[in-house]
Amino acid sequence: MTPVDLDDMDRAIINGLQGGFPLCEDPFVKAGAALGLSGEELLSRISGLLDRGALSRFGPLYNAEMMGGGLTLAALKAPDDRFDEIADQVNSFAEVAHNYARDDDYNMWFVIATETPGRIDQVIGEIEALTGLTVTNMPKIEEFFIGLRFEV
Amino acid sequence: MNKNLNMPLDYIDRGIIKATQAGLGLSLRPYDTVAMEVGVDTGEVIRRMKRMRDAGVIRRLGVVPNHYALGYKANGMTVWDVPDDKIADLGARIGALDFVSHCYHRPRHLPDWPYNLFCMVHGHDRDEAERHAGEIAVILGADNRGHKTLFSTRILKKSGLRLVA
Repeated sequence: MTPVDLDDMDRAIINGLQGGFPLCEDPFVKAGAALGLSGEELLSRISGLLDRGALSRFGPLYNAEMMGGGLTLAALKAPDDRFDEIADQVNSFAEVAHNYARDDDYNMWFVIATETPGRIDQVIGEIEALTGLTVTNMPKIEEFFIGLRFEV
Repeated sequence: MNKNLNMPLDYIDRGIIKATQAGLGLSLRPYDTVAMEVGVDTGEVIRRMKRMRDAGVIRRLGVVPNHYALGYKANGMTVWDVPDDKIADLGARIGALDFVSHCYHRPRHLPDWPYNLFCMVHGHDRDEAERHAGEIAVILGADNRGHKTLFSTRILKKSGLRLVA
């Protein structure tokens, strides 16, 4: 996949609008003014960046735990000859939001998000029963503040 | 950052979350659309979203870059074994680096998993991501008692977190 081509204005939008999009009746007009764009121009730029895949989404990023749900990172060691089968079994759970293969003995890492915190342990138990493998639960103890901007 | 304030959310808040969890509509007045869907006026949507932002229920509001599409193809989960009594200070310093997108204290699972600090780094390629891991190692100094970088080799599933059904 070739990286999406960005011009200077695209970069300014990505670098400048990762947070702080205005909460007012005409947010594109207000945010556009800071970039020298009209509201329509900014809206069209953001639509284009979404269409081209440069942005994965546009809008609020919610904190799942503060909404009363459960969230954790879990990992397992899938035998190579069963890897795809295990991946399908893990992914069959609606509570599994993301799942990544990684190059380690712990070769499968997934995020479990549930409506209630108590459901996390149940889902882990169900994944263990289905796969026959031990799931290692690595819930966050503390999250460290990260800078708002990912600079492009 | 890690206070579970558990701001009480009523059905209108949850309606707003449901209407926006996949993203804001692409129109000049996006909160009008949310207001119509939830059945309140636009001012009420804006007031409530400000309240959720101030309470940390909304972490941030804006564009979410797709690292991979922007050419940052190497996604390395760097994991470190650092002293528990220093992790708060060290984590805060590492989290402030601009190439770190997530930084967490997580439990060790001894004997085979001694790592308690997880920092996601991004690079155009693995070498660049490893250089970033090297910069973290310099900051940790003698407090780095062991580390490795786990690169992602495949995305097996990626669905947005669906917070409200």
